[in-house]
Amino acid sequence: MWRLLRDLYRYNKRFKISVIIILCMFAYMLLSLISPYDPRTNYVVPINLPPSIQHPFGTTSKGQDIFWLLPFALRNSFIISLAVVIITRIIALFIGTIAGYRGGIIDNILMTVDDSFIILPILPILILLKLILGQISFQSLILILSLFGWAWDARLVRSIVLSLREREFSYTSFFSGRSILEIILKEYLPYIYPILLATGINNMIWSLGMETTISTLGLTSIDTPTIGTMVFWALQHQAFVSGIWWWLIFPIIFVVLLFLSLYYISVTISEAVDPRLKVIGG
Amino acid sequence: MIRFFIRRVIVALLVIFIGITIVFFIPRAIPKLNPVEVMIRRLQMMGTYLDPKSIELMKTSLIKLYGLEGSIFEQYIKFWQSLFSGDLGPSFSSFPTPVIVLIKTALPWTIGLLATTSILSWIIGTILGVLAGYSARNKLWARIFEILANAVRPIPYYVLSLILLLLLSYVLPIFPTGGGFRMGMKITFNIETIITILEHAFLPALSLLIVGIGGWFLNMRNLTTLIVKEDYVTFAQLAKISNKTIFKNYVLKNALLPQITGLALQLGLIFNGTIITELVFGYPGLGTLVYEAVNNSDYNVVMGVSIFSIVAVSLGTLIIDIISPLIDPRVRYR
Repeated sequence: MWRLLRDLYRYNKRFKISVIIILCMFAYMLLSLISPYDPRTNYVVPINLPPSIQHPFGTTSKGQDIFWLLPFALRNSFIISLAVVIITRIIALFIGTIAGYRGGIIDNILMTVDDSFIILPILPILILLKLILGQISFQSLILILSLFGWAWDARLVRSIVLSLREREFSYTSFFSGRSILEIILKEYLPYIYPILLATGINNMIWSLGMETTISTLGLTSIDTPTIGTMVFWALQHQAFVSGIWWWLIFPIIFVVLLFLSLYYISVTISEAVDPRLKVIGG
Repeated sequence: MIRFFIRRVIVALLVIFIGITIVFFIPRAIPKLNPVEVMIRRLQMMGTYLDPKSIELMKTSLIKLYGLEGSIFEQYIKFWQSLFSGDLGPSFSSFPTPVIVLIKTALPWTIGLLATTSILSWIIGTILGVLAGYSARNKLWARIFEILANAVRPIPYYVLSLILLLLLSYVLPIFPTGGGFRMGMKITFNIETIITILEHAFLPALSLLIVGIGGWFLNMRNLTTLIVKEDYVTFAQLAKISNKTIFKNYVLKNALLPQITGLALQLGLIFNGTIITELVFGYPGLGTLVYEAVNNSDYNVVMGVSIFSIVAVSLGTLIIDIISPLIDPRVRYR
């Protein structure tokens, strides 16, 4: 898998540019470690200043410096989506391989559950949960998004395992006395990894988008800075009507850049792995 | 084949059953969402003084009024009985309007906006996509369109519609910022009404069209470019079959199949996508209805809309599964 990424980096321009943008974002996120301001405090700088040398991205109506607030927001949004991706990968891998390899009634049961998760409307449920929990915290947001994010990919893994199971090498390794676990881990995983990586990045885009959407609707804990809550506060203060465009523009620019580069990484990987693979979701 | 049909229908019914059961039990399991408590709390918040005795009396009468008496299991059975007679119960927050009436008033807005844009963007995207993948492969417009579509695709719908709203109704105040019609307007059938409705629907429709056309365009273009490379197309070209026939019978027919499946799925998922559109643009449809219902803990309405959505999605997938072997002989019943 590392060779695939290395080759892509060397020979694919889109992949290379996207990776460089992501690395720059990481560097920017690291700035949150040396930030002179605490992101939770308000009124530490003069309010509503347009971008200048002192405040490169301007300041908000809450008296925060956007240049130093954005790293926190990006970092938190990124952590949420990364956690969701890791959890959904594990669930999808587990359910998908079991359903695909075992087949029969276990497959039927697992896929019916899978289908049920696919058709459950996520937004009404999130709005409902907000009512119950008061505010959806960081951790519960991760859990909820993970709960809804695994179903498509589990189906994909299942279909891959279904086709791998009928291949020659499956029989060979089975008759040479390898256990099922060994076959799955040693023989199948190399096929599943790259696809999980591509759909994982897609899943990341999805969870970043979900986070932004539901935070902007004010459903999450609005004091934790994320991209969504930044937009939420900007809209609350009617930033655009009162002409404070920099409060909305910079988070949106950064999040769009993040989406674009993640998307191109995902597309180039899946094109390299299997040109016919249609990446679902996003 | 009949066995396949029956099995597929049973699975679909099972999925619908599980979905509806979950939607039934979740709100009822949470004491904080009890509509009776919510109603009494609201009365108290308005400053009405109630002594404990009358609260008790009110509780019992409200429970009776809302049809919430008996254990949760009895309610569940009663719920299925009334569901089969098309009765979704009364709405709690705008009592005693039946849920079905609320849905009936909201549904035309949602269907009108989403079904129209879905179908329109499917048609435009598919046509442009097949052209870009087949005959206009090296033309400039196809390249530019592809770059644009690729740039829009990963941006979440919410961010995109927000950008549109900011650009076209705050920065350049061309379109109204929200709503489905002007405040206090009576909906009658005349030209002025139609123009106002179209004007209000323009921005949400535009946002949906941008996303939709981009997606279908890329899908169709990718499918076409793959099919053009297939052996049977090369062979047909060598056999001197006219370009028109190749295009119609060999390329278009094969590329259209996945697109049709996608459209059916999309139409089923309309109810899921509608909430964001309607909230961003303040459009009076099912999404707004659900959002307000949840905030008022009006779970009969939430359930009604969720049931609609669940049934629509699983019917969509069922129809695809049954139809696709009919259109595409390569797909076999299993």
